[in-house]
Amino acid sequence: MRELHSRLKQLFPLGELTEQRPDLTFVTVPQEHLRSVLLHLRDREGFTHLILLTAVDWIEEERFQLTYLLSDRLQQRTVGLRVMIQRDNATMQSIHDVWPTAATYQRELREMFGIAFPGSPRIDDEFILEGWNDIPPYRRDFDTLKYSEANYSDRPGRITHDPAEHMKQQLYPNGK
Amino acid sequence: MFAPDRSQYPARKADGTLDIDLASGKYLKLWQGPNHPGITGNMSVELTVCGDEVVEGRVHVGYLHRGFEKLMERRTFIQCFPIVCRICVPEPDFNEYCYAAAVEELAGIKSPERSDWIRTLILEMGRINSYMMYLGGQAGALGLGVIAQWTTYVRDLMLDRFEELTGARIYHMFILPGGVRDGLPEGFEKRMEETLREMESTMKDVYEVMFCNAVFKKRTVGVGYIDPALLEPYGVTGPNARAAGVAKDVRKDQPYLVYSELDFDPVIGHDSDIYTRADVRRRDVLMSIDLVRQILAKMPRSGPLMAPVPNVLHWKIPRGETYVRGECSRGEYGYYLVTDGSGYPRRVNVRGPSYTHAMALLERMIVNTNISDVASLMVSLHTYPPEIER
Repeated sequence: MRELHSRLKQLFPLGELTEQRPDLTFVTVPQEHLRSVLLHLRDREGFTHLILLTAVDWIEEERFQLTYLLSDRLQQRTVGLRVMIQRDNATMQSIHDVWPTAATYQRELREMFGIAFPGSPRIDDEFILEGWNDIPPYRRDFDTLKYSEANYSDRPGRITHDPAEHMKQQLYPNGK
Repeated sequence: MFAPDRSQYPARKADGTLDIDLASGKYLKLWQGPNHPGITGNMSVELTVCGDEVVEGRVHVGYLHRGFEKLMERRTFIQCFPIVCRICVPEPDFNEYCYAAAVEELAGIKSPERSDWIRTLILEMGRINSYMMYLGGQAGALGLGVIAQWTTYVRDLMLDRFEELTGARIYHMFILPGGVRDGLPEGFEKRMEETLREMESTMKDVYEVMFCNAVFKKRTVGVGYIDPALLEPYGVTGPNARAAGVAKDVRKDQPYLVYSELDFDPVIGHDSDIYTRADVRRRDVLMSIDLVRQILAKMPRSGPLMAPVPNVLHWKIPRGETYVRGECSRGEYGYYLVTDGSGYPRRVNVRGPSYTHAMALLERMIVNTNISDVASLMVSLHTYPPEIER
């Protein structure tokens, strides 16, 4: 995998390299070079299988990490390309023409993280959520507990106990 | 030169979408699902048909979304463990294994050898169960209801073995970060052998009644062809890829657990139609039965089952990311786990094979099929919607 990295480094400006396992490497790629790196890996290096495309929200660093995992079955190696993009008005170029299956991942990222992929097919169709008008729910600043308290009410007759007080009452009913 | 007659089909607009004028009366929208006997679980397909031929299909998911990936971000690593198995109901063990292996890798824990053997045993038992559900569904989609009754019976016997081993029938919660909960109970091998024999005898009946059936052959041979050239662009893995002649099998390509010590060859087919995919899975069941026998014969009977794990209530894992995969009954199943040094995962992403099979691939394959073949085509891709929505 080090050879692959040095070959790639001659062609593209690459960032941090993490060798997680002998067969799994993560490397940071600048946003503008992602497409050429993907095409190079697919057509020249044999990484023909896009395993997944997902995002990680690094809210404290004000950016999203997009991870493109590619694998080369014949040489048994997997590479993860990390792309850091701005969290505000997050936009990324679409790769649906490189791997048609990426369109589904991009639709999900658009809905769950609010990352725009201009040009991706049916990108604005609802994927999982229906009639959602809050902030995209997989962002770190979306609070699931607050959302459910604001939108749903408890069934009548339900009592909530403070666990510590309740156990004390159960174990020592006479207040000893 | 042969030029297909496209007069029956809608023209394309400039942006590539089909120009379907519903008011013309030529086309009809037909909704299959979410409650439809030919649908694999909680998803639906919006079909546009012309006569009885499908001209466009759109897959709709979202009936089952429980936000597991988000829920896990609010839970400690051990609290995530009982959640992950719920992501895929018929074959939950892969979630447990992939999650446990990803946590172990990032936390620098090595699971003991004996626990690896028991994990492999559980994964193979789960694979057999998943295929049994598939065979019943595939035959049921074509009206052979009796096959589902037979396979459900032997699946139930396997669930008894699961109950004996793990204490639970569906969600086993047995493979936890660090190892497994327990060893094999007394006399397990003997009862497992009886179950495997019963299963082999049922598989023989299934072969004769389903695979040699003239109606089944007529409706599946040559139907639902996946071009091998589509495998890589659409991320097709597992039996769907193996039926197209590509020996994609994570167990052989990137052996995990103890698969490198077992003797097997990936089952492949060549015709890439519904019949071949069903046949690849039938032969895969027989291979899994053989693997269970090999595991029981070779596994060590003593040794630790759990590696030392830090106090799970205060367990912090340093910043890192990893991807762990396994070959489930539908294809490559994987967990992408990102940690940030706190006691909670930063991000967990589940890569289910159905994500690509049921969305991008099905929407492409469904065009030009007959309405009555839609159900068997969907089932032949062996999709489980919970993996799509997580």
